[in-house]
Amino acid sequence: MIDEQLQNAERLVPVPSVGRPEPRAEVSAPQKAAGIASEHAEAVLEARGLNVFYGHFQALRNVSIEVPGRDITAIIGPSGCGKSTFIRCFNRMNDTIAGFRAEGEVLFQNQSIYERRIDVVEVRRRIGMVFQKPNPFPKSIYENVAFGPRINGYEGRLDEIVERALHRAALWDEVKDKIRQNAFALSGGQQQRLCIARALAIEPEVILMDEPCSALDPVATLKIEDLMRELARDYTIVIVTHNMQQAARVSDWTAVMMMSEDRAGECIEFGATNEIFTNPKDKRTEDYITGRFG
Amino acid sequence: MTRTAFERQLLAVQEDMLVMAGMVETAIERGIEALKTRNVNLAQQIIEDDLKINRKRYETEDKCLELIATQQPLASDLRTIVSVLHITVDLERMGDHAEGIAKIALMLADEPPLKPYIDIPRMAQVGIEMLMGSLEAFKDRDPARARAICDQDDEVDALYEQVYRELLTFMINDPRTIQRATYLIWTAHNLERIADRVTNICERVIYLVEGHIEELNVSKY
Repeated sequence: MIDEQLQNAERLVPVPSVGRPEPRAEVSAPQKAAGIASEHAEAVLEARGLNVFYGHFQALRNVSIEVPGRDITAIIGPSGCGKSTFIRCFNRMNDTIAGFRAEGEVLFQNQSIYERRIDVVEVRRRIGMVFQKPNPFPKSIYENVAFGPRINGYEGRLDEIVERALHRAALWDEVKDKIRQNAFALSGGQQQRLCIARALAIEPEVILMDEPCSALDPVATLKIEDLMRELARDYTIVIVTHNMQQAARVSDWTAVMMMSEDRAGECIEFGATNEIFTNPKDKRTEDYITGRFG
Repeated sequence: MTRTAFERQLLAVQEDMLVMAGMVETAIERGIEALKTRNVNLAQQIIEDDLKINRKRYETEDKCLELIATQQPLASDLRTIVSVLHITVDLERMGDHAEGIAKIALMLADEPPLKPYIDIPRMAQVGIEMLMGSLEAFKDRDPARARAICDQDDEVDALYEQVYRELLTFMINDPRTIQRATYLIWTAHNLERIADRVTNICERVIYLVEGHIEELNVSKY
C-alpha cells in the first residue's frame, strides 16, 4: 500500500528539465580509489600520477583523478593550489608557458595527450575551454561562433552551426535579432554564454571551464549554471571554481586540491559532490569547505 | 582563517537546544510529581511552561534557518545545524508528552489513587537518564554512548508492558477502575514515547559524528 502510494507520489512530482542527475542505482566507475562512480561514466579524462613543473618549481604533485563522461566535475581548493594549472593540463593549454614540464599521464579516452605524435590543435578542438573573463573576439556575434568551424575548414552551412551553438548555449532567443552586431554590445553574462557557444560550435566532447562565473553577477551566474546542467547531457564538463556553493549546486563530482608545504598542489580528496559537502573524509577538506582554512 | 562570529552562533543554537532539554527534563519530573502528589497547581504550571518550550523550539529553529541562509554551512557544521533542528522537534514533542501527563494529573486529582506509583516513576526516571545521556553524547560527539543509551529503551518498553498488564487486571477485576486505569496507561504511554524520542536524538548524534543515518530503535509500540 505504502509502496503504491510512493510510486504514485513520484509520478506526481514534476521532473525538472535542469537539475542534478537522479541518484545512481549502482556506483561503479569514476574513482576506483574512492569506491564510487556513475552509471554513464567511463572515465573520459584521466590524470595519472601527474606532476607539473614550471622550471624548478613543482606546481602539481602526483595528481590522479578520473573524470566521468557526461557529468560535471568541479575542482575546488584555496588560491594557488594549482586548480587552473591542473585543468589546463587537460587540453595542453600550459604548453606555451616557459619552463612548463609535465610528468605522469593525462589520458583522453584512454589516449595519452602528451605523446609527441598527438596533434595539439585536435586535442583542443575536442576539449574546449571557457575562461574566467568572457573573451569574445572583436567581431559580430555570428562571426564569433562561426570562427572555429571556419578555421577548422568546415564547408557546410555555417548559419545552421551558428544557430545550433547559440541555441545550445541558451543565447539564441536573446540575440537572434542582432546576430550581426558586435559581440561587445552584449552583457557580461551573454558574452560568457557566447564564449560557450563559440566552444560548442566546433563540436567538442569535453568543455573545461576555468572560473566561468567569477566575473558575472548572481543572475548571470545562475543562467550559466543552468546551462551547464543542460550541457552535461551531451558533454563532459570540468569546472574550476572558487565558489563552493557553485560547486555544490552544479557538479556531480568534486576534486579538492590543496597546497603542500613546498607549495605543490595535490588532490587530497575526490568523490561524489554530495558526500564531499556533507560528509568529507579528509579533515583538510572539512576545514576548507567550512571556512576554517583557506 | 576562522569564522569567529559563525562559530559563536553555531555554539549558541546548540546551547539553546541544551537549555530546551533542561526545560523538558523539568517538565517530565514535575509531571510525575504532580501525578503522585495530586498537585493541581504544579500540573497547571507544567501546562503553562509547555508554551515556553514550544517558543524555545521556534526561536532555535529561526536561528538555525538564519545560519543556513546567511552562512552556507557545510559538512559537520551543516550536520550540526540539521541535528539541532531535528532534536529540538523531538524535545518539543517530549514537552508535549510531559504536558499530557500534567493533564492526566489534573483529571486524576479528584479521584482516589488506584495504587501506589512505582513503575511509572521508574519509567520517567529511566527516560530522563536517557535524555540527559543522549545530550551528553551530543556534546561529547560520542556515537558509542548514543548507541548504548538506545539499549535502555528496552527497559522502558518492558516497564510499559508491565504497567499495562497490571492495569488491565485492575480493570478486569473492578470495572469502576477503568477510567483511572486508562489514564494511567496513557501516562505510561507518554513516558514510553519520550524514551522513543530519545532514541531519535541518539540517531542524530551518530549522524552528526559519522555522517549517516542509522536506525537504532524499532519500537514495539
